[in-house]
Amino acid sequence: MSREQEYVLRTVEERGVRLIRLWFTDVLGQLKSVAISPAELDAVFDEGVQFDGTAIDGFSRVHESDVLARPDATTFELLPWAKADEPSGRMFCNIENLDGTAFEGDPRQILQRNLQLARGHGYTFFAAPEAEFFYFESGDPASGRPTPLDRASYFDLTTSDVSSDLRKTTIHMLEAMGIPVEYSFHEDSPSQHEIDLRYTEALDMADNIMTLRLVVKKIAMDRGCYATFMPKPLNGVQGSGMHTHLSLFEGEQNVFHDPDDEYGLSATGRQFTAGVLHHAREITAVTNQLVNSYKRFAEKSEAPPFVAWARNNRSALVRVPVRKAGKPESARIEYRGLDGATNPYLAFSLILAAGLRGITERYDLPTEIDVNLFEMNDQQRREIGIEPLPRSLDEALDIMEESKLARDTLGEHVFEWFLRNKRTEWAEFQAQVTPFELDRYLSTW
Amino acid sequence: MDPLLVFPSPAPPELAQALDLGGWAWKAAVDLDQARSDQPPDGWVGALIVAGTETDDAFRLCRSIRSGDVHVGSVLLLIGGGRLASLDFREDLFDDFCLYPFHPVELEARLKHLFRRTGQAERAEIIEYGPLGMNLETYQAVIEGKPLDLTYMEYELLRFLAQHPGKVFTRETLLSRVWGYDYYGGARTVDVHVRRLRSKLGEEHANLIQTVRSVGYSFGTSRWV
Repeated sequence: MSREQEYVLRTVEERGVRLIRLWFTDVLGQLKSVAISPAELDAVFDEGVQFDGTAIDGFSRVHESDVLARPDATTFELLPWAKADEPSGRMFCNIENLDGTAFEGDPRQILQRNLQLARGHGYTFFAAPEAEFFYFESGDPASGRPTPLDRASYFDLTTSDVSSDLRKTTIHMLEAMGIPVEYSFHEDSPSQHEIDLRYTEALDMADNIMTLRLVVKKIAMDRGCYATFMPKPLNGVQGSGMHTHLSLFEGEQNVFHDPDDEYGLSATGRQFTAGVLHHAREITAVTNQLVNSYKRFAEKSEAPPFVAWARNNRSALVRVPVRKAGKPESARIEYRGLDGATNPYLAFSLILAAGLRGITERYDLPTEIDVNLFEMNDQQRREIGIEPLPRSLDEALDIMEESKLARDTLGEHVFEWFLRNKRTEWAEFQAQVTPFELDRYLSTW
Repeated sequence: MDPLLVFPSPAPPELAQALDLGGWAWKAAVDLDQARSDQPPDGWVGALIVAGTETDDAFRLCRSIRSGDVHVGSVLLLIGGGRLASLDFREDLFDDFCLYPFHPVELEARLKHLFRRTGQAERAEIIEYGPLGMNLETYQAVIEGKPLDLTYMEYELLRFLAQHPGKVFTRETLLSRVWGYDYYGGARTVDVHVRRLRSKLGEEHANLIQTVRSVGYSFGTSRWV
């Protein structure tokens, strides 16, 4: 038994914990949980919890249906919302095959494997997401167009309204769980909010994002409303993204940093950025995995649909922030394509792999694009070598299917399953007659 | 609790880490003179003497201890496997021995065994500093009497800092002492955990851990100033 496990056992005993939730994530990025009683914990540390994975998205296999959940003792946290007389804790799990090998469908281990590859080059990968979401009166599609809780806009300081209060409670709870919040504010759209997390290593951050989504939804639900990370829930206003700041460290050194470079970016930083841009179209099916994700890109706003980079250009996929002098450790790039409905483990794996490919293959960074790409047409953009991101899930899947990088990074099992699952989603969407079509065509044809 | 005497100085990093993680107070000495000058008022409760492959200095120190040149309760000798034969006829120089390099669990077991038997050392079970209390036996921490829910690494980091109030540690030192040398993650991991700890301590007490610009971190203020 490791010291970490001993610590958890002792804490469970001392704090009178009544229930321990073992969390893991399916291939689509949904949080799953199995609860055990404290009496089981000792044995679970030794043997794991065996369960049938058939009904979990991306966990089914032909030859074997059972898998093992093995809790990671370093992630043990008491749940701050548990009742005082019923303390509960949670741990994230790795999923294993019955023979103890890593289960190939476990997104958390896919990220661990890719972080290990980065370590082989001496790098640690840090991420800091800006999570956007909406509060609505209800999450039931049957209640019609979702109703926002407020009518405020970007950075508005609203007094005594429900949604600001929800956000405040959420932040306190995140902080209590060791998830530091850097900023939070009212976003552009009605009832749209943003919570920016302080950077951590990518694995912890993927765990944190899973926790954040749950906490945001839980607090809203406790107050009788609904929070959603759906990328584009409302017509006519901007959707929710998850711009993410990325950096690589070698020990204490930020390897993106070069004070003498015009953009403050080292050769490594440039190559990483070039890699991310070069492979962006191949990984979009995962970073933006819903039919709905592509409607966020269609709104000309903070969702940049063009493969380009710049220091200050809302229409570019990657931003290289202009930094305050004397903060070499804060050198980073911001990937603006992601949305909050992604599986963070898989998305981080792919972005990292794309960046590393740029470094190992010494890609050249294209020129900075400082013109507004929204104002150009396709041909003008083509002339300056700017490609669009895929315009639909369908197109994104076509591009991903040809990508060796995506296949190698995700592994055969997840790659194949994901494509199959998402092809079905697209086919189901295509078979639907939408309100748009009825409005426009029914009376005219 | 009075510290254990450790020889040589600086202590081998893995020994320093094992002692810190086990919550033992200790102080390293380069030679007999320092062991004598740093001796606590009631003498050393015990000594850990590392005789890796070079045994001469270690045995010389053991002999001085036995002859009463410096007052030490019990002596645990750490000795390399290839030098075991040199223990012959020197059984009187130590109370117990442990193979070096050691296994942390074995070292911990021998320390507990040795010092419980001789009844001379007790581990510091409680740390109290201002609003913070830590019970090292139960792994529980409280702030103003309210339980503080920490992960294992947060707990270890806070304990290490709180055991050395006022002392400034570099990120590298914290990384090697709290996480251990085999940890891969770089010094930035320390920043991440300090920030996590501060968020759990809450706004009011976040400043218990101070950032010492371009050096590292310190906890509270020294009791000696």
